[in-house]
Amino acid sequence: MSPERTRHHRRERVPAAVLAAAGVGALLFLLPLLGLLWRAPWPRVWEELAAPEVLAALRLSVVCSLSATVLSVLLGLPLAWVQARLLFRGRALLRGLTLLPIVLPPVVGGVALLAAFGRRGLVGQWLDTAFGVRLPFTTPGAVLAETFVAMPFFVLTAEGAFAGMDRRLEDAARTLGAGPWRVFWRVTLPLVRPSLLAGAVLCWARALGEFGATITFAGNFPGRTQTVPLAVYLLLESRPEAGVALSLVLVAVSLLVLVALRNRWVGAR
Amino acid sequence: MSLRADVHVELGAFALDVELAVAAGELVAVLGPNGAGKSTLLGALAGLVPLRRGRVELAGRALEDTAAAVDVPPEQRPIGVVFQDYLLFPHLSALDNVAFGLTCRGWSRAAARAQAQTWLARVGLAELAPARPGQLSGGQQQRVALARALAVEPALLLLDEPLAALDVRTRAETRRALRARLAEFAGVKLLVTHDPLEAIALAERLVVIEHGRVVQSGAPAEVTAHPRSTWVADLVGVNLFRGEAAGDRIALDGGAELLVPGAGTGAVFAVIHPRAVALHRSQPEGTPRNVWPARVDTLDHDGPRVRVRTIGPLTIVAEVTPAAVAALALDRGGDVWVSVKATEISAYPA
Repeated sequence: MSPERTRHHRRERVPAAVLAAAGVGALLFLLPLLGLLWRAPWPRVWEELAAPEVLAALRLSVVCSLSATVLSVLLGLPLAWVQARLLFRGRALLRGLTLLPIVLPPVVGGVALLAAFGRRGLVGQWLDTAFGVRLPFTTPGAVLAETFVAMPFFVLTAEGAFAGMDRRLEDAARTLGAGPWRVFWRVTLPLVRPSLLAGAVLCWARALGEFGATITFAGNFPGRTQTVPLAVYLLLESRPEAGVALSLVLVAVSLLVLVALRNRWVGAR
Repeated sequence: MSLRADVHVELGAFALDVELAVAAGELVAVLGPNGAGKSTLLGALAGLVPLRRGRVELAGRALEDTAAAVDVPPEQRPIGVVFQDYLLFPHLSALDNVAFGLTCRGWSRAAARAQAQTWLARVGLAELAPARPGQLSGGQQQRVALARALAVEPALLLLDEPLAALDVRTRAETRRALRARLAEFAGVKLLVTHDPLEAIALAERLVVIEHGRVVQSGAPAEVTAHPRSTWVADLVGVNLFRGEAAGDRIALDGGAELLVPGAGTGAVFAVIHPRAVALHRSQPEGTPRNVWPARVDTLDHDGPRVRVRTIGPLTIVAEVTPAAVAALALDRGGDVWVSVKATEISAYPA
């Protein structure tokens, strides 16, 4: 239905109890936000955010979350395409596997990452002896933890886009002389680009907020693995006002992402 | 330069089994009801649907031959396709849609765009080159799709219901323009449609397919005069029966019998025009020898005529005037006598 149609008023008779419950539900989301704004050390916000350890956490978060997003796109795009387009045994299993981190408690994800990539892990011990590569408690480890948790959001969106597009347009391109690669770059990719962008932004936002898997797998070392969420957690012990100021930054970024994606998930669709 | 195709395709429970030969410059229409396998046939010729068995040969070159393991991929076949809802690339301008095939074939971007502009001018859309498909009307989209398919100068042009997506008003005009443009194209032309008017207006030869098989082919006049399937008979609006002829009698498949002088022998079709079917209140006397009692099933008012479907020893449609309907007091479920003059029945070998 078009937005014009939905805007037409219907005289709805709503029981008061429903309205009351809906109001309480809305408050549940609103109150924490108001609390944060109320507790924020407004006069000293910039000062708190400019503290060296806070700046280091912000810088690290930007680097790690962007790296995790790039990694998610590079690995997730082919994965999403395979899941959407190829029929093979175990496709349902693969789909479930790539979605698992969305429902898995992040701490458990961190433990699982340690079991795989830890110094005595399944792959980690071999990485260590063969290449001298140690992932746990390093910045690349933090990137890996964030990728593990955030990539499913990109894969999910991209897979939906690949499955949902009109594949006959690819047929049309082939009859015009386009080989498989050209079809992908000139037709498929441009058509799913908006969805890929939305998926990447969602993935980035999730990576930025990652806490559980990161602290379990990469630890909490300032300048190396202490991203903003970890810094907030630590600052609440020592300098709660700085923690609140840093929290506000995350809230602002999240709101920005929501506004940017409004037309995809929240607006009239 | 001609097309010879022997196409066997299996898609789940559906099987397509069609043999075709089309000469250069000829326009053949494949006519059939929805689900007859028309689009599958085009897909098979274009290489988008793999053959289970068979051979596609264009201008003496095998594009696909299951016996010789030849299978030229779609992008290497010299075939242009105008798809049913045109399938223009929504992210490209009309110009870039037409230039797409040329750049695929190694043209430089500038040369491809210049050539595409020429093609757009040829279909009368020069000034709409920068427009996106979403900004074009249905008729304009169809012309862009035609230009896009022709720009690569294919040896075979496939058109899948090129007018079906248009509204009735633009359809007649677009059909005239399409006819003129197709006449200029010297390659093999194959049109697929479920609309007999479209097929008869555009094509020199019809191939009727039903349930994945060819039931009839020939010039439009020949096909409409001697339908060989109920679907074609219904399109033309005549009664079609099939039976075994012996002398002056045809034993119909349903068990009834028709008297037709010189019906011949063996399997025959019998066609009776609804105008030749007379209805009576009581058993008629006189010359007509094909007479039977029946029940009125439906009455369809169509302008100055009423088509009355009757069910008796055989189901037949009569065409009468509204005055006759009143005089005979015809009503659904009512009893009536049906008569057909033997000389009004045309019989031909099945």
